Amino acid sequence: MDTAVQLVVLTLAAATPLLLAALGELVTERSGVLNLGVEGMMLTGAVCAFIACVKTGSPWLGVAAGAVAGAGLAAIFGVLVLTLTANQVASGLALSLFGVGLSAFAGLDYVSAVVDGIRPLAIPGLTTLPVVGPLLFGQNPLVYVALVLLVAIQWMLHRTHAGLVVRAVGESPESADAIGYNVLAIRYGCVLFGGACAGVAGAYLSLAYTPMWSENMTAGRGWIALALVVFATWKPWRVLAGAVLFGGVTLAQFQAQAAGVDVEPQLLAMLPYVATIVVLAIISRNPMLILRNAPASLGRPFRPDR
Amino acid sequence: MLRFEARPAPSRLATLLSPLIATLATVVAGVVLFAALGHAPLRALAAFFVQPLATRYGVGEWVLKASPLALIAVGLAAGYRANVWNIGAEGQLTVGAIAAGGLALAFDGTTSPLLLPAMFVAGAAGGMAWAAIPALLRTRFRASEILTSLMLVYIASLWLQLLVHGAWRDPEGFNFPQSKLFGAAALLPVIVPDTRVNAAVLLTLAVVAAAWVFMQRRHAGFEMRVAGLAPAAANYAGIPESQTVWRGMLIGGACAGLAGVGEIAGPIGQLMPSVSPGYGFTAIIVAFVGRLNPLGIVFASLLMSLLYLGGEAAQLTLALPSAVSGLFQGTLLFFLLAADVFIHYRLVRVRAVPAGAA
Repeated sequence: MDTAVQLVVLTLAAATPLLLAALGELVTERSGVLNLGVEGMMLTGAVCAFIACVKTGSPWLGVAAGAVAGAGLAAIFGVLVLTLTANQVASGLALSLFGVGLSAFAGLDYVSAVVDGIRPLAIPGLTTLPVVGPLLFGQNPLVYVALVLLVAIQWMLHRTHAGLVVRAVGESPESADAIGYNVLAIRYGCVLFGGACAGVAGAYLSLAYTPMWSENMTAGRGWIALALVVFATWKPWRVLAGAVLFGGVTLAQFQAQAAGVDVEPQLLAMLPYVATIVVLAIISRNPMLILRNAPASLGRPFRPDR
Repeated sequence: MLRFEARPAPSRLATLLSPLIATLATVVAGVVLFAALGHAPLRALAAFFVQPLATRYGVGEWVLKASPLALIAVGLAAGYRANVWNIGAEGQLTVGAIAAGGLALAFDGTTSPLLLPAMFVAGAAGGMAWAAIPALLRTRFRASEILTSLMLVYIASLWLQLLVHGAWRDPEGFNFPQSKLFGAAALLPVIVPDTRVNAAVLLTLAVVAAAWVFMQRRHAGFEMRVAGLAPAAANYAGIPESQTVWRGMLIGGACAGLAGVGEIAGPIGQLMPSVSPGYGFTAIIVAFVGRLNPLGIVFASLLMSLLYLGGEAAQLTLALPSAVSGLFQGTLLFFLLAADVFIHYRLVRVRAVPAGAA
């Protein structure tokens, strides 16, 4: 029983960075903007969060710094694709390449630094309860943040006026513009939000999951998050399912090694990437599923004619 | 107030000027960065852009590093022109190196002059095979080639590590994760004395020339451009999308695979856990800065190669981290994409319209 509980906790811990980054990207994409720079924003968020934590000693200031850094990179992307109507695919790639370089540059003096980081909750009397203790009161605080964010985004997108406007902008920016909404401003907001989420996802990696900084420490999680949004057919709840699935795959890799399974570690490390490809192929196979759910204006620039 | 106004036709002048503007803007950004880090900007710029080319050996290194970038970028550009977004060239390069390296190790000790050509064939085939996976997934299942080709980079890299840590590790290599040094028959001849410039540069030039002919003169090249500019028209004209995807991916994969062979049969001379300092990713920037045009790509590859060398030189003389290269490369692409807005738009001054005058 304890092992099962522990597995759930560990899976959620591995799923959280994917969940955070994918939720942010989902909001961005629902507004009609495809930002392929998630990996770059995550890395920059991770390094800025780590540096801020080392400098101030406060991990939560670190998380805030990560969010600001992610949003900052997203702002550059926004200027390129929204104001200057540059190609979204190329600009997103540029953002990822830039983020990799920037984070490596900024983090050079911090590769061997140590921080206390963000520890899992430990509430006296509650966390030690059997089963429900570790599940409800023993996770890393950022895991709860990610889950709250999930519920909030689900509610916001489908139950509020603001969510309706975001979806309208993503489906038909021309119509939204015609009835008087400022399409670019709304898209800027969604792009910045996506960047902040990616930044927090990076902060989770460098402050909570493995409290340290190393170059390219996201190891492709930003790209997997992008695949998750497609897998989830742009629905927040399904992002959770996907993130847990991939968290489980990541975990299986470590568990197999710990259990002494006689497989080369490199083969196990391939698992999440192979799983991403397989899942993408399966979900994309049904064209109606994608066509019906993908925001109609995804990746298409919009320039108001006023 | 200024605002953008659509041009009636794309501006050729802006298309050509934009890379120059972007380069200048990057240099200016570099000056600001160097100054902010407390270096005399002019001295730092000289260390970055001039000093690496001060010796014959340095110029050789410049060409040597530009060669794989140009080779890969030319291949990628064939796809990008048709909106086929292969961003996994780094993985295709790696698999090309694995295929050719396997051949070199299997025929270790041979003196046959056929080994080297066979390695290039194997490398191209390896790169194409790796690129065929995203092509198949895109044409059969509509899976985004952007994501699948990138995932395959990680898988290829782990595969190479698996080999050099295991089956292909040099038994006399003091347990270092690397293969035996290749025999002389598996190594490219140096063609310029006192440098490391090898025959792979000639291959790159040949491929660039062939790409130019393909793009300008051949019907297939025309079809690819149409598919990129007007997919619906291409479909109507009987150019199936799947054919475009396959061509774009396979050309890119073959070129990346060849570049991988050039590295292991050239400056590296064996298989290591990593056989490229990110050439496959940098080549994406090269392709864009070169305007997806073979000739432009040659210039862009020289520029990007200089950024690599400058980064290394800055590390030695200014104690700046070499990661500054990656930073500059990304910045350059940003400025390019921003400057590109002037291809389709121009800035016009508009007077504020009084309310209700519409």
